[in-house]
Amino acid sequence: MKALLGWLDQRTGYKKIVNEILFENIPGGPRWRYIWGSALTFCIFVQFATGIMLWMAYSPSSQTAWESVYFIQEEMNAGWLLRGIHHYAAQLMTVLLILHLMQVVIDKAYTAPREVNYWFGLGLLFLVMALSLTGYLLPWDQKGYWATKVATNMVAITPVIGESLQKIVIGGADYGHHTLTRFFALHAGVLPGLLILLIVVHIYLFRRHGIKAKKPFRRADTPFWPEQVFRDLVAALAVMAAILGLVLWFDGAHLSAPADPAERYPARPDWYFMFLFQFLKYFKGEGVLWGGIYIPAFIVGLLFLMPFIGRWKQGHRFNLIFLYTLLGGFVYLTYIAYAKDAKDEEFQFAQEQARKDAERIRVLANAPAGIPQGGATSLLRSDPYTQGPKIFADKCASCHAYGGMDGLGRELKEPQSAPDLKGVGSREWLAGFVDPDQIATAKYFGGTHFVDRDGGNQSRMVEYVMGLRDLSPTGQGELAKVVAAVSAQAELKSQKGLDDADSDLIREGSDLFWDGITGLDEACIDCHGWDGEESSESRTPDLTGWMSREYMIEFIKNPEHPRFYGSGNDRMPVYGEEGTLTEKQIGLVVDWLRGEWYEPVDTQMP
Amino acid sequence: MAHINLSENTKLENEKKPIPEEDAKPEKAERREFMVKVGSVCLGGVVAIPPIAAGVAVLMDPLRRKQGDTDFTRVTLLDALPEDGTPKKFTIYADKQDAWNKFPNTAIGAIYLCRKSDGKVDAYNVVCPHLGCAVVFRESERDYYCPCHNSAFDLETGTQAPDSPSARGLDSLEVRLENEGEVWVKFQNFQPGIADKKAIA
Ligand code: FES
Repeated sequence: MKALLGWLDQRTGYKKIVNEILFENIPGGPRWRYIWGSALTFCIFVQFATGIMLWMAYSPSSQTAWESVYFIQEEMNAGWLLRGIHHYAAQLMTVLLILHLMQVVIDKAYTAPREVNYWFGLGLLFLVMALSLTGYLLPWDQKGYWATKVATNMVAITPVIGESLQKIVIGGADYGHHTLTRFFALHAGVLPGLLILLIVVHIYLFRRHGIKAKKPFRRADTPFWPEQVFRDLVAALAVMAAILGLVLWFDGAHLSAPADPAERYPARPDWYFMFLFQFLKYFKGEGVLWGGIYIPAFIVGLLFLMPFIGRWKQGHRFNLIFLYTLLGGFVYLTYIAYAKDAKDEEFQFAQEQARKDAERIRVLANAPAGIPQGGATSLLRSDPYTQGPKIFADKCASCHAYGGMDGLGRELKEPQSAPDLKGVGSREWLAGFVDPDQIATAKYFGGTHFVDRDGGNQSRMVEYVMGLRDLSPTGQGELAKVVAAVSAQAELKSQKGLDDADSDLIREGSDLFWDGITGLDEACIDCHGWDGEESSESRTPDLTGWMSREYMIEFIKNPEHPRFYGSGNDRMPVYGEEGTLTEKQIGLVVDWLRGEWYEPVDTQMP
Repeated sequence: MAHINLSENTKLENEKKPIPEEDAKPEKAERREFMVKVGSVCLGGVVAIPPIAAGVAVLMDPLRRKQGDTDFTRVTLLDALPEDGTPKKFTIYADKQDAWNKFPNTAIGAIYLCRKSDGKVDAYNVVCPHLGCAVVFRESERDYYCPCHNSAFDLETGTQAPDSPSARGLDSLEVRLENEGEVWVKFQNFQPGIADKKAIA
C-alpha cells in the first residue's frame, strides 16, 4: 500500500498538496471565528450537488420550464426536498457572504497584502447575487417572470447600448424560449464556472497570506487538521440544519402559477432584492438611471476601493461606518417595502388571487388529462373556476352581482343594477324570481328598467309576478312545478340528481307551461317560447333551453336577438358583437356561473 | 522481492537542459526566436477565431430579430365604451413568434380604451412606461395606477402625476374609427424607463 501511494505521489505530487491543505499552520490555534470560509464552501458544495441533480430533470423552454419544475416538485422522489434545499441554501449563502464580508472588514483582513483576495471575495458576492437573479426566472412561474421582467427592463435604461444589451440578455425583443435558454446557460454554466475560478484563486490567495489571526493568541499554533476542521464541520452542520429547517418551515420552495404574459401579477423580487425595488421608487423620471445604475455602481466602486481607504486609521473607520450604513439602509428599505405592501389592499388582493391560481394549477395538472403538450399555461387559461370570476369581476360586475359581491369576493364598486347571478338557472334562483317579494329587489329586476321605480310602468313580467301574491295553495304547487320544469332546461350539474328524480314533476310542469296555472288568466306560453315553439312576442325570451350552456352563451353574445329580449333589452351589452369578450371568455364565465369546472374526484372516500 | 526504485524511472523527463554550445549562435538564434514568438501569437489568435466568432454571432442573433410590425386590429364597437369616459380594458390577440414556435392568435398585450366627449377614442398600452409592470384603472382616484413603484397617470391625458417615478406618460396608441362605430387600434410596445416614447423594434 505504501509503495502504491508512493508511486502515485511520484506521478502527481499529491502528498505535498494534501499536506498544504490539511496542515496549514493556524497561528494561535483553532477558533470558531475562522469558520466562515468553510461554511460558505459547504454552501457552494450544496448548490453544486443539488443544482446538477435539478439540471438532470429541468427543461428550459417557455412550454416546459414550469412543467418540468412542477414535475420535480410534485412527482419526483424527494423532488420538493431537493428543490427546497437548493432554494434556501442560495438565500442562506447570500446572508453568510455578507456576514463574512463584515467580519473581514471588522478584523481588518482586507488591507495589504490581502487586497486582491478581498476583491475576489467581493467578486464572489456579486456572482452569487447574479446566480440568485438568474435562478429566480428558471421555474418560469408568474413570480419569477414578472420580477425578472422589471430587472431586465433596467438593463434597457443603460445609456446608448441599453436597448441592444437588453435584447441580447433576454434573447429577443420579448420574453420567450431564448430568455430561458440564456438564463439557464448563465445560471448553470457561465456563472458557476466563474465561481469555481474565483474560489480557487480566493482560497489560494488566502493560503498564500495565511489566516489573519486574531490576537492575542490563546493557544500555541496548531495545524488546520483536525481541530479547525472539526469546528468547520460543526459550522457546516449548523448550516445544513438551518437549510433543512427553512425547507420544512416553509414547506419547500414555492412555485406559483405558470408564467402568463396576459395575466397581471404583482411583481415583487425575492426578499434580498426588495431593498432595490423600494430604492427605485425614490427616483423620478430619468432619475431611474441614478437609482438603478449610477448609485449602485458607485457603491460597488467604493466597496472595491475599501482596502486603499482602509490604510489610514480614519479610512478604516470610514469603511466601517460605510458598511454599517449600507446594512442599515438594506434593512430599512426592505422593511419599508414590506410594510407598504402589507398595507396595500390592492396588492394583498392580487397576491391572494395569485395564491389561488397557484393552488388551482396543481389540481389541474394533477387531473387525469394532465399537462398538455403545449404547456400548463393553457390549463389555467381555460379553467372556468379561476377565469370565470376574473372575467365576471372585470366585465359583468359593473351591473351584476354574484352573491352580492363582484365574483372575486370584493364589494361592488357601483350600485347593482342587474340581477345577482349566483345560482342562476337553479330552482332556487328561479323560485326567487317568481316571488312577488323578491322580483323587484336588487337581486332580480330591482335595478333594471323592467321595474319602474316610480310605480307606473312595470314590465309585464314584473306585473305578472306581482299578481302571484294571491295565488291559491294549488296554484302555488303548480308554480313550483313550472319552476322545476324551466329550471331543468338549464341541465345544471349540481341539480342533475334532483332533475332525474323529479322527472314526473318536471313533465307536469312543462304541461302547465302550456295550459296555465290554476287561478291565472295567462299561461307562460302566451308570451314565452317553449318546447321548440318560438316566443309569440319578440321582446320576451324564449325559454326553451333556458340557462343551458348554449342558451347563456348566445344570450351574452347578443341579448338583443329576438330569441331573447329583442328591442326590449335593457342595458345588457352585446358582448359578442362588441368584442369586449371573446367567444372563449364567454364560455368560461358561463361555465363558472353554471358550476361546471374540473373537480378532483375525492379518493379518500371510506 | 525485488525492490523497484520508482524514483529512478520517473525522473522528470522534461527538465531543463543546458543549451548545447554549438546551437548558441546569438544573432541568428535571436531572430529566429523572435519570429517564432510572433508566429505563436498569430497562430494562437487565428485558431481561436472560428469558435469565438461563431459563438458571438449566435449570441448576437437577437439583435436581428424584429418585433413584427402589428397592423391595425379591430378591437370593439364604439357603443361598448362608456360615455362617461370610464376606461375599459381589452386584450389584444395576434400571432406570436417565440423562437421556434408560432402561436396563432394569442394574447400579446392589453390596452385601455377611453371614450372622449368629442366622440374620439383614446387608447393606451397597459404596460407601465416606468419599468414594465401593468397599470390598472383606479375607480377611487379616477386615474391609472401602477402597483409596482406607484406611478399614477392622468385619466384624460395619460401624463404621469408629478411624484411618479415614471419618466413619461402612458403610451398612447393610434386609433381609427371605421365602418361606423368600429374601433381599430394599432398595437405597439414601447421601450420602458426613458423619457422618449420609442417603439420596440
Ligand atoms: S413599473 Fe410601474 S411604477 Fe415601476
